[in-house]
Amino acid sequence: MDHNEWKDLFVFMEQTDRQIADVSFELLGKGKELAKELDCHVTAVLPGFKLEPLCRQLAEYGADRVIAIDDQDLNVYMTEPYTHVLSEVIRKYKPEIVLYGATAIGRDLAPRVSARVHTGLTADCTSLEIEPDSGLLLMTRPAFGGNIMATIVCADHRPQMATVRPGVMTKLRYENHPCVVEPFTVSDIKGHINLEIVDIVKKTGKKINIQDANILISGGRGMKDEEGFKLLNQLADQLGATVSASRAAVEAGLADKEQQVGQTGKTVRPNLYIACGISGAIQHLAGMEDAEVIVAINSDPSAPIFEAADYGLVGDVKKIVPALTDYLMKL
Amino acid sequence: MKIVVCIKQVPDTNEVKLDQKTGTLIREGVPSIINPDDKAGLEAALWLKDQYDAEVTVITMGPPQAETALREALAMGADHAVLLTDRRFGGADTWATSKTLASAIKKLEFDLIITGRQAIDGDTAQVGPQIAEHLGIPHISYAEELDLEADFVVVKRQFEDRCHILKARQPCLITALSELCEPRYMTPGGIFTAWKTKITVLNRDDLDVEDSNIGLKGSPTRVKKSFTKAVKGAGVIVNLDPSESAVWLTERLKEKFII
Repeated sequence: MDHNEWKDLFVFMEQTDRQIADVSFELLGKGKELAKELDCHVTAVLPGFKLEPLCRQLAEYGADRVIAIDDQDLNVYMTEPYTHVLSEVIRKYKPEIVLYGATAIGRDLAPRVSARVHTGLTADCTSLEIEPDSGLLLMTRPAFGGNIMATIVCADHRPQMATVRPGVMTKLRYENHPCVVEPFTVSDIKGHINLEIVDIVKKTGKKINIQDANILISGGRGMKDEEGFKLLNQLADQLGATVSASRAAVEAGLADKEQQVGQTGKTVRPNLYIACGISGAIQHLAGMEDAEVIVAINSDPSAPIFEAADYGLVGDVKKIVPALTDYLMKL
Repeated sequence: MKIVVCIKQVPDTNEVKLDQKTGTLIREGVPSIINPDDKAGLEAALWLKDQYDAEVTVITMGPPQAETALREALAMGADHAVLLTDRRFGGADTWATSKTLASAIKKLEFDLIITGRQAIDGDTAQVGPQIAEHLGIPHISYAEELDLEADFVVVKRQFEDRCHILKARQPCLITALSELCEPRYMTPGGIFTAWKTKITVLNRDDLDVEDSNIGLKGSPTRVKKSFTKAVKGAGVIVNLDPSESAVWLTERLKEKFII
């Protein structure tokens, strides 16, 4: 394969109800950094319907070009029509790199595309770099529940493709960034619809995005019950924080799946992470260890969470948390 | 109706510990299990068997000892088992693994294929959709509910903030979330039958697949290096009474301009 034919970095823009996913903006930001080293451009690939307002947004986040595939049969995500579109874009434009968010859409679409265009795909990356001499994309990801990190390369196939965990890369903002919008027509999208959407059920309730929070108060099994989580909510109110949780707490029904931090939950990078009654399984640490400051409160001095903590308080979490709330209230 | 369930034998990662001195994984004595999402997928197949009289074949690719996982699946109620094993399959990434599995599944009859969403050792979620692509059939991933309606499969497909109820014509492939089903236990009768059931063993020569598409050679991706994460410097740990703790922590956070 002549690799010189393959150039530029493409980012798949994931949108639902015409809202672009945060991770797509994060990938444009990371893409800019990588493109600088490769001396190439960043292209946003945007499939969907009635896309015009979205195209304008992409320049702000650093896209040099938008390939817009505007078709009513792309209005709602479906695996096969989207796979068809992405594969056609790859065949036509021959990008060197294609990045996707490691979301319920990205992790469905990217493997199907990789099988169709016969190239490699690295899942759930937490770091992307360019190897100086070879110019290869170094894709680093956790394996074994976060116990081990592996750096993967795709040397002989193109494009090099990766899905990237949301919340790990940083969005960049630009003013008056030049960006070309290029409409692209893919034939017979309708013919690729191979299943029927019978219904769409949105999850109701207040949507909490723990990845947007500057301060997270996170509760684990040690909070024991709903009373325990109430203490966390009170502290969170005092600090303007958001409440998150460990897998154990989610499984015990004390918190929502949406609030879960860790390998099977979300990766978070707040300025302050207060782990309350969380022992610190490696799967949990994988999701929060990049927080600026980590505080651990736990009665067990040998809990692994203390090894990740900047400040550790050994003691009864159900006494220390309300004491902290009271003290902050009096300040 | 014929259902093929793909399963993987994995080390129980909850049991994997790090050697504090060398920073490497301690694998000795770590039990092997059927990957949890796959086991939920198997349960879904067995449920369909109970409801609609389906025939369930489990297939795994792995070293010879992966037979244990197949025996467990048979003891739960699967009818047939296929072990794909050959040194030449070794070192496969998801692309080559899915190609190999698809080549073996082509030799079986199927109306529905069920895989787990992802395995706990790799967490990639790629092999299911890639098998479907190699076979040229539709797939639905992240299934949290599953039922049949004539020749169609009806699936509740999970996204972050919503679900799609999807209807696909058979044959198709479904990837199961562990929420899909609570796996049943093996029964004594099942265990007895499981040990009597002959497992079909297939190797590279039984498959109609190019050498350039299997094993390490057929893998577009390579592991360049693996490492354990650097542990950050030890923090300060104190053991104070609750009100002293509150004062101490507040002072530390103020020093850092966090609050």
